[in-house]
Formats: sequence, structure tokens, C-alpha cells
Amino acid sequence: MPTPGPLIEMRGITKSFGAVKANEAVDLSVAPGEILGLLGENGAGKTTLMNVLFGAYAPDAGEILIQGQKVRITSSADALAAGIGMVHQHFHLAPRLTVLENLLIGIPGKSGRLDRAGGLARLAEISRQHGLTLDPDLPVSALSVGEQQRLEIVKALFRGAKLLILDEPTAVLAPREVDGLFSALRSMAAQGLGIIFISHKLNEVRALTHRCTVLRLGRVAGRVDDPANTTSAEMAQLMCGHEIVPPARGPSTPGAAVLTLDGISTSKHSGTVLRDVSLAVRAGEILGIAGVSGNGQRALAEVISGVRAPDAGQMTIAGQKVSRFSPREVQALGLGRIPEDRMTTGLVTNLPLADSMVLPRIGTAAFSAKGLLKPDAIRAFAEEQIKAYDIRCPGPMTRAGALSGGNLQKALLARELAFDPKVLIVSQPTRGLDIGAARFIHEKFLDMRAKGCGIIVIGEDLEELLVLCDRIAVMYEGRIVGTLDSADATIARLGLLMTGAEGHS
Amino acid sequence: MFRLEVRTSTPAWFNLALPLLAIVATLVLCSGLIALAGAGVLESYGVMFTASLGDSYAITETLVRAAPMIFTGLAVAVAFRAKFWNIGAEGQLLAGAVASCFVGAIPMPGPLAMLLMAIAGAAAGAAVALVPATLRVKFKVDDVVSSLLLNSVIYYALMALIEGPWKDSFSGYPISPPIEDSANFPVLIEGTRLHLGVVVALIAAPLIWFLIVRTTLGFRIRVTGENPEAARYGGINVERVLISTALLSGALAGLAGVGEVGGVHFQVMSDISPGYGYSGIVVAMLARLNPFGVVPAAIFLAAVMTGAEAMSRATGVPAFLSDVIQGTALLAMLVALLFTAYRVRRVGAAR
Repeated sequence: MPTPGPLIEMRGITKSFGAVKANEAVDLSVAPGEILGLLGENGAGKTTLMNVLFGAYAPDAGEILIQGQKVRITSSADALAAGIGMVHQHFHLAPRLTVLENLLIGIPGKSGRLDRAGGLARLAEISRQHGLTLDPDLPVSALSVGEQQRLEIVKALFRGAKLLILDEPTAVLAPREVDGLFSALRSMAAQGLGIIFISHKLNEVRALTHRCTVLRLGRVAGRVDDPANTTSAEMAQLMCGHEIVPPARGPSTPGAAVLTLDGISTSKHSGTVLRDVSLAVRAGEILGIAGVSGNGQRALAEVISGVRAPDAGQMTIAGQKVSRFSPREVQALGLGRIPEDRMTTGLVTNLPLADSMVLPRIGTAAFSAKGLLKPDAIRAFAEEQIKAYDIRCPGPMTRAGALSGGNLQKALLARELAFDPKVLIVSQPTRGLDIGAARFIHEKFLDMRAKGCGIIVIGEDLEELLVLCDRIAVMYEGRIVGTLDSADATIARLGLLMTGAEGHS
Repeated sequence: MFRLEVRTSTPAWFNLALPLLAIVATLVLCSGLIALAGAGVLESYGVMFTASLGDSYAITETLVRAAPMIFTGLAVAVAFRAKFWNIGAEGQLLAGAVASCFVGAIPMPGPLAMLLMAIAGAAAGAAVALVPATLRVKFKVDDVVSSLLLNSVIYYALMALIEGPWKDSFSGYPISPPIEDSANFPVLIEGTRLHLGVVVALIAAPLIWFLIVRTTLGFRIRVTGENPEAARYGGINVERVLISTALLSGALAGLAGVGEVGGVHFQVMSDISPGYGYSGIVVAMLARLNPFGVVPAAIFLAAVMTGAEAMSRATGVPAFLSDVIQGTALLAMLVALLFTAYRVRRVGAAR
């Protein structure tokens, strides 16, 4: 439980980027032993605020106090010295070094040599205290994402952090791993550590935190003193400034199958193999693919997107057999695709947004003729979609990388939906998006469903799948181990299938 | 204390200001060397300027030197856009020179000879560039290393040719036989060396700009360079784009060699290129990979080269300063590029 006297206090923090006030007079405090939730939509200023605290940005105004003492943090080294540790969304680890070596980076050794024995002892102690077990001799490249995150947390504790900042730590974790993370965080708080937990997932925030600070448009929009007894709807309202109603999925009248996979198998080139996967998505239905990350979802998405050819099995799109498995072929047959990783497989961040929006169809008559681009048509298309999807950006020639995640997702959605796909394959459609943006994306999927598009949603967020999908198939070790009507599906039942506990059905 | 902060956007005027800033920084940095050599800094730069751009004849000489660097600069700019790291423009230039010299020595009507020389030179340059590109696409061999090392292979092959079968049996010099007189590129202004190839180089720049900005191939080159994964998922055949880029890049570098043979030397010798292929990298970087920018960047380097010789004669500062200026300009530009991604912010001294 929180004890009096804040561990850390930020007072009147203001930070502008050009004309944009990312933070304006923000106050925030964390007591020893307290887990503070930091909430806000994308662009609300959470990341900026934490970067100020961690020394990456110098604030324009305001001060930071640690245990009542005014401090000046101008670099991450200052922050670490002041006892502030941060686990970023993207990890900062050296992949070729071992766990222990990563822990010892920047730690002065004895007479020029790494203090391996001391490091091992300290790692063992931290592991034992909080249940954060790690093999010290494994290279980081051999660790799962969850283990890498664990290493980041241990690294912060190793350096004597009194305050730990976690930026959306659960976005990369499977449900089971989330439980482990939470119990470790509770154990740390019980020992007097202060924790700042940034997340979009309100149920997690309610389950874990003692208190919440909500940011909106760079200012503090409100505070929640008793998150466990506050509803998600109330918090969402604070974040968005208005009420959020979940979309209603009406009854569907599915038509003919628009995407079928029959006995698709892949060999082990990279990642998990697919083993005899058969499924069908009908027009006007949303099929969910649930499963713990790494059970073949990526391979499935790659096969359907035409990036990887299966070794056995057949696939049809809108009744046509797919023969060559190239992205161009499946797209020509009517497949639209919203990728899991917007930045790497979806968009070109360094080029204008318009370029990304026409990328998959640049060779079609809409955007080029005889090898020459139609710049006016490209621009007009991008402008039209920006308007239709309310994509917030200065214009179609803005660098795509300058847009927020939600706006990029809208842009990707716009570029696929503009061509009325018969089938849409979507991975983690709302990962990292705030409630408002996620709601918008969901509505669009339901619109497409009503228009007779077949949608396949690959996701780890079971609540999202249950709201969105008509049927949910579960993948485990490269197989579909069961398919449930979402009316009969519960989180418990899906969870059981996801661990491979229930047989075929 | 100063620190770097990530920029959210880059102002448009940076594209012009950064190269100018880099050039000014280069001249300031190199003035120390001139002073060390015991000459007046302003005087030396004055001589350089007069000798390279001071009168119309000097300007034509500078343009003649700029032409091969426009071609190699374009070659590098195109390749780097696709992130095909072609450091091999030097070798491709030499290959182009050899091929065009071979064709130019065959008696035939002048215009036809010139056309065939250009085609042969471009094809030879493209063939050389195809090697590192194929190695990368098929076997994931690092293209920086393979294209760079290939330069030596081509250079020594050229040496073997002019020391062997092409050796002038009469004089014993290691030079190739000259091309036919009819194949010499026409001089455009009487009394100068300004030849047809210079005009072709100046026309090539806008053509390559058009190709990169307005064609689907250019679009694919840009997208492949910036994000090959997104390109692949977007239906672009990334391997094919890399090969096409390499062919184009090599052909442009090969044309640099054609111009030197057809318009300047009329034969091939071991020092036909004083490193124009490597200078192309500096040119392309100064131009920020913009084909239009390649022209002024190449003219700047050409002026430095012509000017440095005159300066050496007038003030005794070694002409090697030209190489130092080139190298410094590249480094200054690379540092200047940092400011497109970051801004410098003053922060109070840490306590």
C-alpha cells in the first residue's frame, strides 16, 4: 500500500514541439510502493512526459523532485543515477550478448574485468525476490519477447531503480505472460518500489494499479483514486472526453465461401510450421484466429498474403484457385491485407503518405499508365481517403512516419477498403491503438461485413475477438485445434484450447 | 551543454542549405591546410575560383571535367535510392571506356560509331554492376564490398589489356590504339574542349529525375530502398527492382567512360579516370541523391579539381588539396545530414 511522501513528483511540466504542446502544466506523483496507471489516447502526451522524466527531452517548464529534492535530469544516465528505470516498448538490448553481459553493460567492473560473479549473485537475488527467472548464459537473441522484457525489468532493478516506468508492457505478451508480469510488479511494489504503468487496456489498469492519472491533449484530464472500483467506461470517458459505446455486431447472413484453405502445410523455413490447416471464410462473416503468439499465426498470414508458398494444400480466393502465391496474385483475386506490423510490412515511413497509400496498386490503371505515374490521381486518391477516414495529417505529402499509430492504421484500412476487397486479412488490428481509434477500426470491419466482405482477424486480444467475430478458430502448434461460434465461446474455453489442452473438435 | 533531439519534420529549405553549409565548412576547414603550406588562404581560393569559373574558357574546362562526375553521380544517386550500395562506379566507368574504345576503333560513319560507342559503354557498365547485384540477390553477398573490390579487378583487367594486346607496338606506351577520327565527339564551341558528351550529361540529369519521380520503376526503386519488406508485401518484386537499378546505375557509370573516350582522350590509358567513380559518391551525397542536385555538385567538384591545379602552380600549395577538399566535403555533408533527422538543443549545464 502507498506510504506518505512521494517518491517522485513532476510539477507543471510543459513541453512543446513547434506549435504542438505535447505536455502542458502536467503534475504527477508516485509514492513508494505505489503502482500508478498513466492513461491517455495516442498523442495525449504520455510518452513525451515519460521521456522528460527519463531525460530524453528537456522540459520547457516545470520541475522534477525525487524524494522531495529538486533534480535536473538531462540524460538517461542522470535518470538511472536518480533511480529511474524505464522499460520501453522497443527493447534496448544487445542481441548477441548474453543475459548476464547485457546486465553488466555500463557497470564498472573490477580492475577492467566484468564482475561476473557479483552480477550472477545479484541476478539470482532479483530473480528469487520477484520470480523473474532468466538463464544468465543465454544470448538475448534466443529469448522470447516476454523474456526480453523480463530482462529489461531486471536490468532496471540491477541498476538500483526505485521507480520503474513500463510503456505498454503487455502489448507484446500472451495472456499467461501478463499474469506473470503482474505478480512480479506487485512483488516489487510490496518492497517499496514505485511503478508507472502505461497501458491502453483498461481492464489491466483496473486490475493492477492503485491510482491513475489520465492525460488528454497534453493536459491532466483527471485522476482516478480507486481504479478497481471504477468502470472501464468511466475511464474511457476521461480519456476521450466523451462516452464510448462498443459497436454492436448484428446477426450475419453469411454467403458463399470467399477464402478457403484446404490442407495447407508449410515446412520449417522460418518460424512455426503450418500443419494441415483447413478453414473457410464466408462472405459477410468475420472469422477470428486466436492463439498464443508463435503458434503459426504469422505463417498463416504469410501464406494468405501470398508472401510464402505452402508446401502442400490449396487455397482459393473468391472461388479462384491461387496458383503462384505472390502478393500481386492474391491481391488481384480480391484479397485486402492489414498487416500486423504497420511500420515494417505496411508503410514506407520515409516517403510521403500518399506513396504508402497507393503502394500495392501502383501498377494498376488507377495510378499509372505505360510505366508512368499519374501524380494527380495518386494525390487525389490520398486526399479523398484522408478526408473520408479523418486521417489527421497536414496533407498527402506528409512523411508517413510522422503520423500517429491510429492514423497510420486508418490509412492502411483506407487503402485496402477503397478497392472493395472480397476477403480482408487483418492481424492485431488495434494493437497499440487508443479506444477511439480502435472503435473506428471495428466499425469499419462491421461495415465491410455488412457489405458481404469476408474478414479473417488474427489476434491475441480475446475480448476483441469475442466482440468482433462470428466464429473463432484457435491455433496451437501450427494446427487449428478447434473452431467455436462466438455465441458459445468464452475466454476460459478459448484459453484452454490455446494451451492445447482440448483436442480437436 | 548541447544535445540532439529527434526532429519531427525537416524544413524544405534544408535541401539547399545543407550542401551549401557543408561546402562552406569544407572551405573553412581546408583553409588551415593552405595556411600550413605557407600560402594566403583568400589568395589561394581566389586563384582556384578564377581558374575554374573565372572566364568562359575556364567554365568550359570545368564543365568537361564535370560531365563524367554528373554521370557517376547519377549512377550512385539512382543506386543509393534503392539502397543498392554501388561503390563500383569507378570500375563500371573503366569498363564503359574500354568497350566504347573498342567500338570506336572500328571504321564506320561517325554518328553511328558514337551511338554504338554509347550503347557498348552503357552495356559494359551495366554488365559489371550486374555482378554485385546478382551476388546480393542470389547469395546475400554484401554489395558494398563486392562492388568496391570489383573496381580493382576491372582496373587490372584494363591494365592487362593496354600492357598486352592493346599496347602501342610503335611507341611501347601502355595506351590503347585511338578511336577513329570520325568517332570523336564533335566540339560544340570552337577553341574549347566542350564536347557533345557534356550536353548529354546535362540532359541525363532531368531524364533520371523524371525516371525516379514520375515512373512506376522509379516508384518501385524508392519504395524498395526505403522499406523492402513493405515493397515485397505490396507486390513489388524486390529482387527484380534491385537488378534493374544495378543495370541502370552501371549503364550511367559506363557512359561516363564513353564521354572520356569519345570527347576527351580518344583512347584508353591507365589514368583515364582520376577517380571519377569515387567522386560520384561525393557528388551524389552532396546532391542528397537528387538528380537535379547532381549537376551543381559535380560542377563544384570539377571546379575544385581544375582550380587546385592552377592554385598549385600559382601558390605552391600541392594539388592534392583537391582530394582533401573532396574528402572533407563528403564528411561535412554526412555530418550535415545529421541535422535533417536531429536538431541541436541547448540545455543548461548539468549540475
